[in-house]
Amino acid sequence: MRFRDLVAVVMLAGLYSLIASGLFIVMDAADVAFTEAAVGAGVSTLLMLKTLTLTGRYKTPKTSRHIIAFVSVALTGGLLIYGTHDMAPFGSADAPSQNHVSRDYLENSISETGTPNVVTSILASYRGFDTLGELFVIFTAGIGVLVLFDGTGARSTLRPPLADHLVLRVVTRILIPLILLFALYVQFHGEYGPGGGFQAGVIFAAALILYSILFGAAAARRILSDDETRVLAAIGLLLFASVGVMTVLMGGAFLDYSVLTEDPVAGQLLGIILVELGVGITVASMIFRTFLEFEDRQCADEAQK
Amino acid sequence: MMGLAVYWVIFGLMMIGLYITIVDGNLIKKVVGLTVFQVSVFMLYIAIANVEGASVPILVAGVDNYSNPLPHVLILTAIVVGIATVALALALIVRIRESFGTIEESELDLTTPDSQNDH
Repeated sequence: MRFRDLVAVVMLAGLYSLIASGLFIVMDAADVAFTEAAVGAGVSTLLMLKTLTLTGRYKTPKTSRHIIAFVSVALTGGLLIYGTHDMAPFGSADAPSQNHVSRDYLENSISETGTPNVVTSILASYRGFDTLGELFVIFTAGIGVLVLFDGTGARSTLRPPLADHLVLRVVTRILIPLILLFALYVQFHGEYGPGGGFQAGVIFAAALILYSILFGAAAARRILSDDETRVLAAIGLLLFASVGVMTVLMGGAFLDYSVLTEDPVAGQLLGIILVELGVGITVASMIFRTFLEFEDRQCADEAQK
Repeated sequence: MMGLAVYWVIFGLMMIGLYITIVDGNLIKKVVGLTVFQVSVFMLYIAIANVEGASVPILVAGVDNYSNPLPHVLILTAIVVGIATVALALALIVRIRESFGTIEESELDLTTPDSQNDH
């Protein structure tokens, strides 16, 4: 079965992500499911649809056979499946992956960081340096989008396509504050329940994107201007990195928050909250800005026609 | 045997994604194939983290069997990095379309950018 309608392809990919996030819940990964639902089924699908408005909805049909590709993919798959015979069966508690550092994290998370959500304590504290690196990747990719779309300087003045839907406008006006409130809850409750800076950032950006879809990019820019999103994206990253520098100045290792206050556990909690806030700010502003850039491109494209 | 079947299904999905990425000439479909591949890798990690009868790794009193939180952290950040790189790929596709007038690999002639559409 070959799809020529790319909208169908993109919607199916979004559904695939949504089902995957259901599977993550079944496999006890609440934080991951949360992120996948917001990112994979939400923002990613939206950006792909936005791209389709710029590049065309239908693909040219082609009927060529790809024997070499098929054979090499089948061979790779066969080797991977052959390799599973060395793996511990699904769900076994004595698999090698369950019996190294993760046991320590589970046992010491409360006493060392005061954080019941072990995913958050690993993300922000035990493996904080990794997360800082990931945030740099997101920041750099965002800058890449800005650079690629640079040049015209056009700001979208498109009339939002849903502007006439009164019900949608009214419902959205009521929903957006709730979504923003939920994003803040996810941000600051991430130590105790599923959530954290990454999810909160995406949800926050989703609320702003929803506003921009219904009321236009110009209205959304009055909330957060381009200068503000650019500065905020850098501030989030700076906040994360400067917490690390602070810990070094106060005599600890880089991103070892225990030295931030007298009580090491309180210091860890403070550090985790600060770096998660940095993550949230950068992710939210970068995703929102990326969406606006696609919107501008669409406007410039339609002006050209 | 049943214990490994989960991984086989995941590898199957992964190979579907890989095949689309290699074979399909449409750049958007390539990105979709990459997403399918990527999400299957996420599934693989989360499946490895899973422990039979365990609970979500948020510590509560009275529960002492939790799934492995470390792969969850790796995948959580990978998802958000994934959307950033997908956005970059889509931006590249938009620019390719503007400069060359097509996003079909077979029609792309990289030697002659369409100067009319080139910003």
